Amino acid sequence: MAAIGLFIVLFALVVAIFAPWIAPFPDDAFESHIMQRLRPPSAEFPFGTDNLGRDLLSRVILGTRSAILVAVSVVLAAMLIGVPIGLAAGWRDGWMSEGLMRVTDVFLAVPQLILALALGQLLAPGIGTAMVALALTYWPFFARTVFAETRRLRGSLFVDALAGIGAHPIRILLLHVLPNAAPAVLVRATIGMGFTILTAAILGFLGVGAAPPTPDWGLAVAEARQHLPEAWWFATFPGLAIMLLVLGFNLLGDGLRDAADPRLRRSRE
Amino acid sequence: MALYILRRIALALPALFGLILVTFILSRVVPGDPAATLAGDAATPAQIADIRARYGLDKPLLEQAFVHVRQVLSGDLGNSVFSGRPVSEEILQRLPATLELTFVALFFATIIGVVLGLIAALDHNGPIDHLVRIVSVGGLAVASFWLAIMLQLQFSMEWDILPLRGRMDVALGLPPRITGFLLIDSLAAGRFDMFVDALRHLVLPAVTLALPGLATIARFTRSGVLEALQKDYVLYARAAGYGRVRLAAIYVLRNAVTVTVTQVGLLFGALISGAVAIEAVFDWPGLGTYAVQAILSADYKALLAVTLVVGVVYAVVNVLVDVAQALIDPRVAEQIS
Repeated sequence: MAAIGLFIVLFALVVAIFAPWIAPFPDDAFESHIMQRLRPPSAEFPFGTDNLGRDLLSRVILGTRSAILVAVSVVLAAMLIGVPIGLAAGWRDGWMSEGLMRVTDVFLAVPQLILALALGQLLAPGIGTAMVALALTYWPFFARTVFAETRRLRGSLFVDALAGIGAHPIRILLLHVLPNAAPAVLVRATIGMGFTILTAAILGFLGVGAAPPTPDWGLAVAEARQHLPEAWWFATFPGLAIMLLVLGFNLLGDGLRDAADPRLRRSRE
Repeated sequence: MALYILRRIALALPALFGLILVTFILSRVVPGDPAATLAGDAATPAQIADIRARYGLDKPLLEQAFVHVRQVLSGDLGNSVFSGRPVSEEILQRLPATLELTFVALFFATIIGVVLGLIAALDHNGPIDHLVRIVSVGGLAVASFWLAIMLQLQFSMEWDILPLRGRMDVALGLPPRITGFLLIDSLAAGRFDMFVDALRHLVLPAVTLALPGLATIARFTRSGVLEALQKDYVLYARAAGYGRVRLAAIYVLRNAVTVTVTQVGLLFGALISGAVAIEAVFDWPGLGTYAVQAILSADYKALLAVTLVVGVVYAVVNVLVDVAQALIDPRVAEQIS
């Protein structure tokens, strides 16, 4: 199963990187051809065309790039916020640590999508805002994960030994604790990729994510709604693309988790 | 036990307090000048100043925060920038629709999920097990809004056997509002036709909403049952000659279900989030469509209030889940206190 996941993810990465060269009509990212709108799937347009006559296959391929770009940026940003907080809060006890984890709890107490919607709206809707909002709502998961790992490791013998020979706490945390927490962080990140792609698609669908004419999967499904039931292909293929990519990341995440630590608990979402 | 419940409620309070503060910060810092927003585009500077004074926006930020917390605690969430009506009123009006949908979805997800998980575990590595695994992996990868549209396309547009949108056929009207839950209100009014119609309207949105939950529950039940099957007391019960069904129902399921209960609670938050997109697809008159409308009309008051209400519902559900878990497995309560 994990191998299938890895295959899907690698395939999507290749498609994302070479999107403009793979897509049969790369210019359909911004051009429209009203004369050939809403054509059903054919040899020329395997996924059909959309409401502006653009080749759907090309737009799905180009959409892969933005979906992966969004997911990678969001997960990286969430990591940059969450990992240091988790390390700092996990290393020492006291009011600072307590305070950091309470703040984390507050962010976990609101369902991500709702908070992302509120943020997305308040900061002027757009793909950039959606990414900020998603990063701001996903970091608590990294903070939690790293916090737990740091707590587990800080009492271990090798950490005591390092402290004994006078290593600076920051050195211990970055060079010794963090690498040991890396598998858990990696699993979190992989699952976070799938989760982010789904949530970003919802934001795009609701009109607070990517804006037209960007080739975006969620946005495409939203545009397709007005042309149902006639143009079934318009709504179907972008949604299938979302499912396939999320499936890939989820399967890969599951596989990594089993490999890293069979006892690792699945957390929320 | 009572002590545990109190303790658990006390633990939830700081998070709720923080949530109120976060919504305050969002409402004051992010959208520029709230007084200008409230006054509208055509307002003169004098009108803006007037509004600023009336809403206390000229006071120091800390004092404003204090006032905000007091207002929220007394149930005052402010007025909608769009309609001018109190947001709390509008939300109360719509909350039952979302809760009804969520509860039905949760019910469906739990029953089917537990049964699927149990069957899969008993058929470990058999064909049913693989089938359930595919369903549960796929269920978590589907975009809810897309699935909703696909189901509409098939069941409402193509076959025309289920309604496309809404909670109830317009021709039927609505039963007198008692709880706001149409399934309950229609029965209370003795209108069985309304009950059936409400149920028919619930099928597609509830199934869509339930799928990710169903997948998670099936998965956790499966692993819980597999783990429980390894336990000595199950081995003993098997040695004593109990049949498989009895073994599963009495000895295994109760022990496997503890983990599942936690998941149900965690899912509730995800369900509410999923409801936003699904409500938008089915024109379901709940909190989700309210939030989407608030986005379209740039009604930040309404949006923040929804954030707050959903956060509170989420916190309450999590307390309930922890209590339920302690009731099923008393060791949980002991561990914490």
